[in-house]
Amino acid sequence: MEITVQEFKHCDLITVKGRVDSATAPQLAQVLEAANEGGKYKLVIDMKDLEYMSSAGFRTLLAAQRNCKKYNRGEVVLANVPERIREALELAGFTELFKTFDDTLTAVGHF
Amino acid sequence: MQTVRFDAKFEFLDEIREFVGAAARAGGFNEREIYNIQLAADEAASNIIEHAYEGIRGGTIEVSCDVKNGVMTIILVDHGKPFDPSEIPAPDLTSDLSERKIGGLGIYLMRKLMDEVHYQAEPAKNRNTLTMIKRRG
Repeated sequence: MEITVQEFKHCDLITVKGRVDSATAPQLAQVLEAANEGGKYKLVIDMKDLEYMSSAGFRTLLAAQRNCKKYNRGEVVLANVPERIREALELAGFTELFKTFDDTLTAVGHF
Repeated sequence: MQTVRFDAKFEFLDEIREFVGAAARAGGFNEREIYNIQLAADEAASNIIEHAYEGIRGGTIEVSCDVKNGVMTIILVDHGKPFDPSEIPAPDLTSDLSERKIGGLGIYLMRKLMDEVHYQAEPAKNRNTLTMIKRRG
């Protein structure tokens, strides 16, 4: 798994590549928590090159969404969700908890 | 039936997914089915590492795979604490963000993704067996 963070005027774009499972999810959690600690609560997660995500990743997203949405200070949105991952998110009932966008530009423009 | 023993550590989840993925591919499952089988095996193994081997070092998971007549059987054997996934209540997927429970999701996915999931604890033998079955679409 590889994570890059790009700061925009109104949000942060967090690109996650590779595989998120119980081994790598804590790293993702760390990046998301660091953003929050830096006062960033409007986050776009770009999943274009994400190959795999297990429920460990879903739990990490849920925790981040909870923290970001607190006091209406922001939210986590998802961009370019690969089909397999979208299906698993749907099965887990997560799609209604996150806005999803077909491309990064629209996702960033949402904020 | 092919069997590989893995150390019960999260860093081996990659190898477990590769092992079951290769068996599913050889058995003629399509890419979508292979992904879901890998996800189910990952969730099963993650639960064993997290719960069955909670506080226990040096544990192993024996993973066996077999495909016959379009039916894949995956068996995960551990020697940790008995942990019956069926006793874990299903998560409430309709509750809103603030009330959404964080546990039980992996087991829920595992049961949804596979056609059958069976669990057998044999405390006398210090052996727990999780069997998952998936029929080719």
